[in-house]
Amino acid sequence: MNFHNYEEMAAMILFGIGFTTLLLQKNLIKKIIGFSMMDAAIYLFLAAKGYIEGRKAPIVADGVTQMEAYINPIPAGLVLTGIVVSVSVTAVMLALTVRLYRRYHTLDFDRICALVRKEEP
Amino acid sequence: MELWQSIPFACILLPLGSAAVTSVMNKRWSRYWTMFVLSCLVILCAIFVFKMQAFSGSYTYMMGHYSAPWGNEIRAGMLEAVTALFFSLIMLLSLMGGMKKIEEHLLSDKQSLYYVMLLLLSAALMAQVYTNDLFTAYVFLEIMTLAAGALISARNRGRTLVASTRYMVMNLLGSGMFLLGITLLYDLSGHLLMSNIKEAVAILAADGKYQMPLTVVIALMSIGLGIKSALFPFHTWVPDAYGYSTPTSAAVLSSLVSKGYIFMLVKIYWRVLGVDVIRSTGILDVLFVFAMVGMIMGSLSAIRQNDVRRMIAFSSVAQIGYIFMGLGMGTEAGAAAAMFHVFAHAISKAALFLAAGGLADASGNNKQFRHLRGSGFRSPIAGIAFTIGALSMVGFPFLCGFTSKLNFATAAMELDDIRMLLVLAVLTVSTFLNTVYFLKTVITLYRKPLAGVQYSREKGQRGFCFHTSLVLFSVVNIALGLFSQTVMDFITRGLSYFG
Repeated sequence: MNFHNYEEMAAMILFGIGFTTLLLQKNLIKKIIGFSMMDAAIYLFLAAKGYIEGRKAPIVADGVTQMEAYINPIPAGLVLTGIVVSVSVTAVMLALTVRLYRRYHTLDFDRICALVRKEEP
Repeated sequence: MELWQSIPFACILLPLGSAAVTSVMNKRWSRYWTMFVLSCLVILCAIFVFKMQAFSGSYTYMMGHYSAPWGNEIRAGMLEAVTALFFSLIMLLSLMGGMKKIEEHLLSDKQSLYYVMLLLLSAALMAQVYTNDLFTAYVFLEIMTLAAGALISARNRGRTLVASTRYMVMNLLGSGMFLLGITLLYDLSGHLLMSNIKEAVAILAADGKYQMPLTVVIALMSIGLGIKSALFPFHTWVPDAYGYSTPTSAAVLSSLVSKGYIFMLVKIYWRVLGVDVIRSTGILDVLFVFAMVGMIMGSLSAIRQNDVRRMIAFSSVAQIGYIFMGLGMGTEAGAAAAMFHVFAHAISKAALFLAAGGLADASGNNKQFRHLRGSGFRSPIAGIAFTIGALSMVGFPFLCGFTSKLNFATAAMELDDIRMLLVLAVLTVSTFLNTVYFLKTVITLYRKPLAGVQYSREKGQRGFCFHTSLVLFSVVNIALGLFSQTVMDFITRGLSYFG
C-alpha cells in the first residue's frame, strides 16, 4: 500500500480520541482536554489539506507573482478563526469547571451530579 | 442596491454592536436598552418582510466589496425574512415575560451581563438566518452555543451549573462534528459560499465521484445539528437545561436556539447540498426513524414527570421529533410543514414556559403538579395563556398547532410508500399522548387546591410586562392559526427561491 495522507489519518485518529474523551471521561478537566484535541485534530486536517507540496506560504517574495508558486491562504485563515473559537469555548468550560469545583470540591462529573440531586431534589 | 436591502446586515450588526455597549451599563439601563434594541429589531424585520413581499425573489448582499467566490455574503429571501421576524418577536416577548424573574433569580451585579448574552444570541440567530457562508455560519453557531450556555448558568444554582456543563459538552460534540463536516465539504468543493458549493456538489453528483465522502459530510452535519437541536437519542441535556434555568432562558433556548440550528439544517439541505443529493444518501431515513421514535418516547417521558417545567421540556423533545420527521420526508411539502412547525412550536413553547413560571409563582414557587392545583384561578392570565399554548400543542383547531399537524398529514399523503402509513400512525399516537399530559395539566390548573395550604395572593401578580407578553403570545398563536395559509404561502415561496 502506498499512502501519502499520513496527516489526514493522524487527524482522524486524534479526532476520534478527542471525541470519545469529551463524551465518556468523568473528569471535567480531561473532558476539556478531549475537546481541545478534537478541535486541534480538525485544524491539523484543514492545514494538511491546505498545503501543496513544494509551494510557499502566500506572501509575495522576490517578485514572484504566479499563482502556482503559493498555497491557498484561506485554510490557514479558517484555522486561525477556528482557534479563536475553541480558545473562547475552552475558557468558558474552564470557568464552569471552577464554579463547580468551588461548590462541590470534586472534578468527577458523575459525583457532582449525584451531589446536586441530593442537594436540590 | 436600495437602502432597505441593507436591513439584514443591520439586523446582525445592531444587536452585536449594542451587546458590546450593554456590558458597561448598569442593570436598569441595560434592561431598557435591550428592550429598545429588540423592539427596533422586530420593527426592522417587519419592514423587511413587507418590502420582500413586494420584491418577490431573493438577493445576495456583498460584504466588504469582494465579489462572489472570495468575499463574504448575506443572502435574503422570503423564508429568511419571515423566520427573522418570528425569531426577533419571540425573543422580545420572552424577555418581556421573564423580566421580573430575571431580577429575582440573578445576582444584581450580573444582570447586565445576562442582557449582553441575550443580545449576542439575537445577533447570532440573525447571522445564521441570513448568512450565505458556511464558515461564518459555524462561527455564529459557536457564539450561540456559548451565549446559550451562559443563559443557562446565569441562575446561580447547582442544578443550572450541571445543566450548563452537560449542555456545553453535548453541544461541543455536535459542533465538532459540524466543523469536521464543513472542512470535508470545503475539501471536496473548494468553496465556502453556499451557492458555489451547490454548483460544485451538483457536478460531483453528476460524475458520480466522491460519493462516500459526500455521504460522510451529510451524516456529520445532520447528526451534529441534530445533537445541538435535541433530536431524540441526543436529548439528555434537555430536561435539566429547560427545567431549572430562569424562565426567559428556558423559553429562548427551547423556542429559538434549537430552532436556529434547525433552520441551518434546512439551509444546508436545500441551499448547500441540494435535496436530490441528500435523498440519494439515505441519511434522511435515519433522521426519519430517530424523529419517529422521539415523538413517542419524548411524550412518554413527559407523562411520567411530576414537575411542570420538566414535562414541557420533554414535550419539546417530542416536538423536535415532529420537525425532523418533516425534514426526513425529503419533499418540499415536508420541509414546508417542518418550517411551519418551527414557528408554531416556538410560539407555543415560549408561552408555556413563561406561563408555567407565573403559575409556579402563584403556588408558592412550587412546580409540582399537586401544588399547581387551582393556580389557574390564582393567576388567571397565566392560566389562560398556558391553556392556549397547551391546546395549540395538542392540535386544537384555530390554533397554530392544529395547522401544523394538518400540514404534516397532508405532506405525508404525497409519499407513496410505507412511510405514509408510519407518519399517520405515529402522528395519531403522539397526538393522543400529547393530549394525555397537556390536558391533565390544564385540568390540574383548574381543580380545587390542596386542602389546608394557603398561597399568598401577591406572588401571582407579576406585573404589566408579564401579562402583556402572555396576551401577545396568545394573540400571535391564534393569528398564526387563523392566517396559516398566508404564512404557508410565504414558506413555500421562500423554499422555492432557496434553490
